[in-house]
Formats: sequence, structure tokens, C-alpha cells
Amino acid sequence: MAILVDGSTRLVVSGITGREGTFHSLRNRDYGTQVVAGVTPGKGGQDVEGIPVFDTFHAAVSETGANTAMIFVPPRFAADSILEAENAGIALIIAITEGIPAHDELRVYNHLRRGSSRLIGPNCPGILSPGKANVGIIPAQFFKEGNVGLVSRSGTLTYQIGNELAQGGFGNSSIVGIGGDPVPGSSFIDVLELFEADPETELIVMCGEIGGSAEEEAAEYIAASVSKPVVAYIAGFTAPPGKTMGHAGAIVSGSQGTAAAKAEALESRGVRVGRNPTQVAEIAVEILGARV
Amino acid sequence: MDLLEYQGKQLFSKHGVPVPEGRHAATAADAVAAAEELGYPVVIKAQVQIGGRGKAGGIKLATSRAEAEEHAGAIIGMDIRGFTVHEVWVEQASEIEEEYYAAVVFDRSAKQPMAMLSRMGGMDVEAVAEQDPEAMRMLHVDPLIGFQDFHGRRLAYEAGIAADVIRPVGAMLGKLYDVFVAEDATLVEVNPLLITKAREVVALDAKVTIDDNALYRHPDVAELSDLSAEDPQERMAKERGLTYVKLDGNVGILGNGAGLVMSTLDVVAAAGGRPANFLDAGGGSKAEAITSAVEVILSDEKVSAVLFNIFGGITRCDEVARGLIEAFAQIKPSVPFVVRLDGTNDVEGRELLAQAALPNVHTEATMLGAAQKVVELAG
Repeated sequence: MAILVDGSTRLVVSGITGREGTFHSLRNRDYGTQVVAGVTPGKGGQDVEGIPVFDTFHAAVSETGANTAMIFVPPRFAADSILEAENAGIALIIAITEGIPAHDELRVYNHLRRGSSRLIGPNCPGILSPGKANVGIIPAQFFKEGNVGLVSRSGTLTYQIGNELAQGGFGNSSIVGIGGDPVPGSSFIDVLELFEADPETELIVMCGEIGGSAEEEAAEYIAASVSKPVVAYIAGFTAPPGKTMGHAGAIVSGSQGTAAAKAEALESRGVRVGRNPTQVAEIAVEILGARV
Repeated sequence: MDLLEYQGKQLFSKHGVPVPEGRHAATAADAVAAAEELGYPVVIKAQVQIGGRGKAGGIKLATSRAEAEEHAGAIIGMDIRGFTVHEVWVEQASEIEEEYYAAVVFDRSAKQPMAMLSRMGGMDVEAVAEQDPEAMRMLHVDPLIGFQDFHGRRLAYEAGIAADVIRPVGAMLGKLYDVFVAEDATLVEVNPLLITKAREVVALDAKVTIDDNALYRHPDVAELSDLSAEDPQERMAKERGLTYVKLDGNVGILGNGAGLVMSTLDVVAAAGGRPANFLDAGGGSKAEAITSAVEVILSDEKVSAVLFNIFGGITRCDEVARGLIEAFAQIKPSVPFVVRLDGTNDVEGRELLAQAALPNVHTEATMLGAAQKVVELAG
């Protein structure tokens, strides 16, 4: 088992004919993901190394039975592409695109939550279920199959923590990047719920950062509804208020969204918080026992 | 992007939000000319993005040419809590009868816009909200439906504002919502929202934040600048397309990925150091980008040591090493560097650095080890 992506994933990529889109679609296919289609308006009928390209999501879905979409188009086209994928009946939409206007994200989020499609991202590295499927840009070589579920707002920090866990002998059930934007399609809570229900996952690592209140909300959810051990990490203890730290969502506004407040919210509900990525792995080892 | 008051007011005018008539001026002579044109009394307001302008002497009433000269001369060039005043806004003085507070904000938790109204304006709203939470009324607006008349009506009634201005204040909230959506704002705040003696509703101040990701849709806004807030290093980084935030320490930091860079700042601080900056070189950085980033970091004279913390995913460690080698060839840094390379092509990257044998470059195997080393070297 894993969550969200696995052997049954049939992926359609919006923006497959772009340089980055092609590169990562082929890398995902090389990993074993079934990449069944691409969408680029005006390039229907062509193919990318054997992957058929369609003009619309609707054609791609009806011709190939795609059930998962990856969005790789530039920011000004991304909201439209997500909405088209949803309209074509895609159940899981993973948006890698960085830099989508916040108001576009607001409209997309509020529309999608009335339907049944799930959005992961935008501005995220995607989802990897080691040994099963990789959708996105996560470098799969650092991860192996295992029992730790990882959910994160940050890409490279995920690789850092995943690597530390691997050195402690652990692999991952799934690694989910929810992205660093102010309006993520899925929250920590959405992903925690899936890991809680996944029999393969024995421990959950949650990697947050400054800005917003998603970590505080997750803390409450964990206390009420998660029985599996959760280890957390929060980046940005030294970030000054009012400065956006790279991610559009990583900003401390007034007294809201500080790393200290998030760590306290988690710790007060029994979630252990590592003070650096190495300590996160050490706590995981302590809870599950060393596997090396 | 945070707009100055007058920039916000110009957007307000564009969308039919009433504001006092005013002029922008960058010199005392221009300010006086503006005052003469508008007619006295006028208010001369320092344009800086910091609260407490009035208390600091940055907002003055002028009833004559002599007073306008005196106040404009005093305000332009004054320092308000670290911000130098480069420009002023001269506007017709308003006859204040009541001061309310109105805002449309981006509620990240609910993932919807939120309209706010209070009859207690003209003061620190956070203090108002704390003392008397009932005085601040808030209402979410479904972005797919937009602001409706009932939103304005309900807020106005619940906030307990004067009966004769219920409708115009509600309408004003609707216009502020229009600004919020049309200009891709994440914050539109008016404090105070004024009721004049003639019972007109006027925005006496404007605090507007525009989403940086949407600036491509607003080229006119993207061109606005704020000389008082721009740091020279940050401007240089922006021109080079780098994500850089200046901090006040002496340890220069470069990493890839916002989360990893934030984490790097934290471990450096935990090791007893003080980060000089946040710099995210981004995913897939090529050698030139790294060279360019080193220049930005070293343009801050306080930097006495630099840490590279790279975990290569899309970014290739050999490209990072090449960039550093090129930076040494071009600018011959005099401060020590500590480099930690892990991930894609890390072995090749470390080999390149070993072969180049750059003076004063130390490699470390782990993030924590690298943080300790750079703090030692920075002194």
C-alpha cells in the first residue's frame, strides 16, 4: 500500500511538450509510472517518446483512461489547466507549477472543494510512492520502500529529511509535497487522514514551515484523529516578521505564523518536534527502533 | 508587494473608492506647489511603509504657504523608525466626524476572502480586536459568488455604525472588494474610513498589498517603487532573478529550495551564528546563477564567512561546484567558504572542488557539521 499514487496510477501530463515537462514525464515513466498521455493544445496527434499528446484533457481521458493529472504549464495557464482536468473527470490533480496568482488559487480551491477531485500543490514537488510510482520532480534515488509517511510544504527539505531517515534505515510508504503556496489544494490534515488509513504507514513525518496556521490546525487534528506516531519539523525559527522566505506562503504576519507558535501547538498535543532535520530522523529511530 | 499610501489611493480612485484629492511630491518645492493648487488647509503625509507616522511627526496640517514650506521641508528627508522619507502625499484636509475601520483580507485558514468592519477606527485595530472583539465584525465572501449587497449591509448593521451611513458604508466595502479582486490584492485596508461632516464616506488612508505572483497582470503596479524600503542588496538580487532576503548577521548563506534555506538559517543560529541573508538559488541552478548569487551575498560588507548548503534534486552538485569555482576566478573572495554538497552528482561536485583547491574553501559532509564550521570561521 501507499497513498495517492501507485501501480494503478494512469498519468496525463499538461505541458508535456515543454522542456521541463518532457524531462520529468520521461523520468516518471522510467521510474515505472504509467504515463499514458500528454495535453498541449495545438499539438494533438503528436507524441513524446511514444506518449500520445492530445489537445484537450477530455480527449486524453476518453482515449487513455487517465485518472491522475500532473500540471507542468507556466503560472498564467495553470489555473485553467487544473480546472480543465477537473472538468474532464480526473480524480487526482498534482500541480507542480510555481508562481500561480493567489486569486487564481482561491477560485480553483473553492471550486474543487465542491466536487470530488483532489488537488495536491501547486508549487509542490509532487508525490513519490517508492517502488510503485513517482509523479513530479522528487529525486527518487534517495528514497526506498518502507513504513514512514512523509508530508511536507517544502521540496528540498523533504529530500534532506528523507535522506536522514534512509541513513537510519527507514524507507517511505509515500512522500507527499503539499507545496509552499498560501492556498494549497490539500492540507496537512487531508494527507494525515490518508496516512492514518494506510496499513503500510507506521509513522508519519510532517514537515512544516512559517506562515499561515496549517500546522496548528494539523496539531488539533492529530490529537483528535491520528493514532499513529507523528514527528514534526518546522523551518523558519530565525525568519523575521514581514519578509517572505522564498515560498509565497512563508511569511510571518504580526504575531501569526511563527515557527515557535507552531512547534508549541504540536508539542502541547504530544507531537514531538525535531529542532533540525537530523533530530527528526533520530526521533523516528527512537520510536520505531533502528533498522540498520 | 506593499504599496505606499498614495499608490494605494490611486488604485482606489481607479475603482471608484472616494479619497481626498491629493498630489504626490518628492521635493519641498513640489509639495508647496501641490498645496497651492489644492487650496488650504492641506495635510502633508510622509510616504513610508511603517506605522506611527503621525506620532513621529510625519503627518502635518498646513493652513498657509508658510506652513506648507515648513512642514514639507521638515518631513522630506526625515527618518521614521529607520525609513528615510523620500516622498510625500499632499491632500485636502478632511472634516472628520467619525472614524471607522474597513478591510478585505485574504484568510488563509478559511481559504476565502474576508471583509471586516469596525466602528472603532483611527487607532491600532489589533488593540481594538483584543479589548473588544465584538467591535470588529468579520464576514467571509465566497470568491465564486463575490461580494453581495447583503454582505455590506450585514457588516454595517452588526458593527453598529451610524444609521444614516449604513448603505454608503456597505457600498464602500463592495468597492474595496472590487479593488481586492481586480488588482490581485491580498490586503486592502482603510484606517480610518472617514465619515465627514457632510456625511460622506471617504478613505483617509490606504494599505494595499499586491500578490507578487500576479504582477504580470498589472504592469502599472509592477513599475511602482518605494525608495525608502528598498535595500541595495535586495534590489541587486531581484534584478538577477534570485530570491534573497537581507538579514542583519555576518554568515552569508546560499541553499537550494526555500524550506532547506530556512532550515539552514535555523541550524546556523542554533550553532551560535547570525545569518546575513536568506538566498534560495532555486531548483536546477546552473553555474552562472551560483556565481551571480555569490556576488550578491558578498556585496553585503558584513559577511565574514559563507555557507553553501545544497541538497541536489534537480540541482546538480557539479554545477554548483563549477559556479563556485567561477566565482572565485571572477571576484576572488577574501572570506572563507564552507560547502556541503549532497544529492545529485555530489561525488562529482566534491571532486571538482578538491581539484580546484580553492583557497579558504572547506567542505563538510553534513548540514550540522557545516553550520558549526561556518560559525567558527565567521567569528
